[in-house]
Amino acid sequence: MVRDGYEVIIGLEVHAELSTKTKIFCSCPTTFGAEPNTHTCPICMGMPGTLPVLNEKVVEYAVKAGLATNCEIERNSKNDRKNYFYPDLPKAYQISQYDKPLCNHGYIEIEDDEGNKKKVRLLRIHIEEDAGKLNHDEYTGGSLVDLNRAGVPLIEIVSEPDLRSSGEADRYLKKLKSILQYIEVSDCKMEEGSLRADVNVSVRKVGDTKLGTRTEMKNMNSFKSITRAIDYEVTRQIDVLEEGGKVEQESLRWDEVSGKTFPMRDKEDAQDYRYFPDPDLVAINLSEEYIENLKNTLPELPESRKERYINEYNLSEKDANIITSSKYLSDLFEEASEVCGNRKAVNNWIISDISRILNEKELEADQIPFTAEHLGHLVELIDKGTISSSIGKKVIEELFENPKEPEEIIKEKGWIQISDEGAIKEVVLKVLEENPNSVADYKAGKERAIGFLVGQAMKATKGKANPQMLNKMLKEELSK
Amino acid sequence: MNITELTVHELKEKLEKKELTSYEITKAYTDRMAEKEKDVQAFVTTLEDDALEKAKEMDKKIESGEAKSTLSGIPIGIKDNICTKGVKTTCSSKMLEDFIAPYDATVMEKINNEELINLGKLNMDEFAMGGSTEHSYFHVTRNPWNLNKVPGGSSGGSAAAVAAGMVPWALGTDTGGSIREPAAFCGVVGLKPTYGLVSRYGVVAFASSLDQVGPITKDVTDSAMLLNIIAGKDNMDTTSVERPKIDYVQALKNDVKGLKIAVPKEFFGEGINTEVKENLEKAIETYKELGAEVKEVSLDIAEYALASYYIIACAEASSNLGRFDGVRYGHRAKEYSNVKELITNSRTEGFGPEVKRRIILGTYVLSSGYYDAYYKKAQQVRTLVMNEFKKVLDNYDVILTPTSPTVAFDIGSKINDPLAMYLADICTVSVNIAGLPGISIPCGVDKEGMPVGMQLIGNRFAEETLLNAAYTFEQKIKFREQYKPEFKK
Repeated sequence: MVRDGYEVIIGLEVHAELSTKTKIFCSCPTTFGAEPNTHTCPICMGMPGTLPVLNEKVVEYAVKAGLATNCEIERNSKNDRKNYFYPDLPKAYQISQYDKPLCNHGYIEIEDDEGNKKKVRLLRIHIEEDAGKLNHDEYTGGSLVDLNRAGVPLIEIVSEPDLRSSGEADRYLKKLKSILQYIEVSDCKMEEGSLRADVNVSVRKVGDTKLGTRTEMKNMNSFKSITRAIDYEVTRQIDVLEEGGKVEQESLRWDEVSGKTFPMRDKEDAQDYRYFPDPDLVAINLSEEYIENLKNTLPELPESRKERYINEYNLSEKDANIITSSKYLSDLFEEASEVCGNRKAVNNWIISDISRILNEKELEADQIPFTAEHLGHLVELIDKGTISSSIGKKVIEELFENPKEPEEIIKEKGWIQISDEGAIKEVVLKVLEENPNSVADYKAGKERAIGFLVGQAMKATKGKANPQMLNKMLKEELSK
Repeated sequence: MNITELTVHELKEKLEKKELTSYEITKAYTDRMAEKEKDVQAFVTTLEDDALEKAKEMDKKIESGEAKSTLSGIPIGIKDNICTKGVKTTCSSKMLEDFIAPYDATVMEKINNEELINLGKLNMDEFAMGGSTEHSYFHVTRNPWNLNKVPGGSSGGSAAAVAAGMVPWALGTDTGGSIREPAAFCGVVGLKPTYGLVSRYGVVAFASSLDQVGPITKDVTDSAMLLNIIAGKDNMDTTSVERPKIDYVQALKNDVKGLKIAVPKEFFGEGINTEVKENLEKAIETYKELGAEVKEVSLDIAEYALASYYIIACAEASSNLGRFDGVRYGHRAKEYSNVKELITNSRTEGFGPEVKRRIILGTYVLSSGYYDAYYKKAQQVRTLVMNEFKKVLDNYDVILTPTSPTVAFDIGSKINDPLAMYLADICTVSVNIAGLPGISIPCGVDKEGMPVGMQLIGNRFAEETLLNAAYTFEQKIKFREQYKPEFKK
């Protein structure tokens, strides 16, 4: 889609909310969705005289993120103040990290548009506090400040401008999200704003070595909008250049409805944040031992799980990719297989029906409402012959609507397979009696006629007859 | 017996011997406030009724043996930048004129645990910026020795109230001399502890890397007693330091034989008032008589310390005071049509000229393009100052200097000359820059009868040495027995 002769350069700054129980500088809870200003205290409200105390878990999570993305961990780090005025920023400075971030120079491996492996370099990962939120007051027309989110810990992950298409950006973000979920430092719930990205885009003529002027789209929080916004912005920038114009360096706002970008009114680029080391906080010094210990606690990362699935479980690369793309799916696969002992069946359910339903319902994997036990038990029921796999499909649908033990579902719905020889024989005889023409056709050598007879028998049992038994018995009766 | 002339250790003894009750003591102080406050104006908020009520309660507790400490029922005054739950904390600023903190500063919790009785909140230069208490939004505090003179600052209310006998002791804060200079001007004892010895939690920040809370008292023993209460690591302040618990009163040995005292010649040169110098020279002789070894040394970094102090302090202040934006608490302008105007107008109206001057200066030195030339350079100078002091203190126990180049000056005489006002801090700021402890004790008076302060500087966390050196001198010259504030008009 990129016009010939142009190259796209994309860099991403991703903010991920860390899933620590308490805020970064006080002991208020970080849970989402509480009544405004109920998760606050004098410290995160920036009351006079209060002081921050760094939550050690935040450092631990950020270092884990750094280790999982191949970063160098800074042994001597510190916190800096980023000064600016805004009503959602209670201290008028955000405690962040300026020139000594916790993690430097990492990379994440993705596939490029041709399917080749590609390393996307990370410039840095640093820790910082989130700001509060302004809510429009419908009654007075003013703004109300909610400081529940103020002081929630974030990591900012800054990539080098290594991405060359919206597709690469999308794969990079999904990979990053899955890594952060695997190491359990962030739940990356985009709908709750716990993963947001600032997207930097520029274009240049192929062969140019100098980067073009970039624009920045702020605070994007859906994969789809990011892809759309990049594609729009690339086209817009090329149009500007083709018409002999110049791309302005500016911050843009992506409008989902019109599918266009607009310049932000306040020129944030003109801000001077007057960074300086926060004198209220002591330096962050990490020992080799501390880092080594964290390295040892890192769980298996998606790349390594994928290799294992392919080599040990004989999954296809495509299936392994889909399953390991989300820690939730991958855990579901492993746990359900553990329950039923039939890895191949679990794989098939995830790849086909579960993925299809997720797509239809526009759900993320971590929103799957049923448990791995449910899925495992479903596979067992099919393997034991209690239900057929076509009933299984109905059970999966039902599990998304009303998750409970599959056994209960089939009992309630009366979906248990008929494997009783007498009962099946009764149906078979009745079908043969009612369809003498088909019987004659079959006996005259038209073997296809048996398909129709099976269909009639299934219809009569509402799909519950054990298909193997039904086939066998039909043939027996016909050959009499 | 004149109760308000007694030191706290004397009051404690009388309480223990049941010669006095908490109510009698507190009443004596509230009576004294009624008599002297109109002249001195040391308070922003007075709490006479509450204090008397609490004193009665304390007497009952003492009677029934439920009192928590041997100091239960003794009054105290608190500088108005230390947060007190339920009582206004104004920082002597229009910005916080009606601000009531919903929490106590850690030092205040400690004061409350000792069951001391808060007599009121003491006046100061707005947000602790100044050396004369003339920069209070509310009123100028006057020096009890001569009501036409400043009490010093920024803890001028604390020092004046102690000197005037309106509180037996008080808490102050010191960022560049704000405890020691007013103590010197008012003829009382002021101690700035080592950075990190006392928690800053709940103390409205001026310059975070320099601020410390400390005692302002009638004598050195009281200073040691109050330090015993407030010192200690606080989990709410990561810059506070874990130290073995020390009883500072035990450190007062009344013996300085063999004590090595360094006298840096740069602190006795140009700009130091002759009478101040003469009094200090007498003090040096006294130490020699007491058996201390006194030697002249050079500390030529001190003049650079002043420049780096004003850069670092203003830079931190410009950021620390950003939170006063009229959004959540404090003064909010009546007129505004958008968020930017709300913040701008609230700050324009809420801050006084000295605070604005320092915010502008601090904002400038942190600006991109100037950071390296000012803030970074100042931090480098700071390291040099620390090293220079360390070199001297590796070989000496204490450094002796004047607390201020002059005695208390006339009210209004420097208010329009900020540079002259800043220069008055020359002797004290390097102590904050280096994070060291410093104490000011009176060592004499000038011809007009105004007290002269002597400053002793010690090694990090060497408050014991410092207090003993000050105590031994105090026992020898008995300043309080010779001189008393006269409330000259």
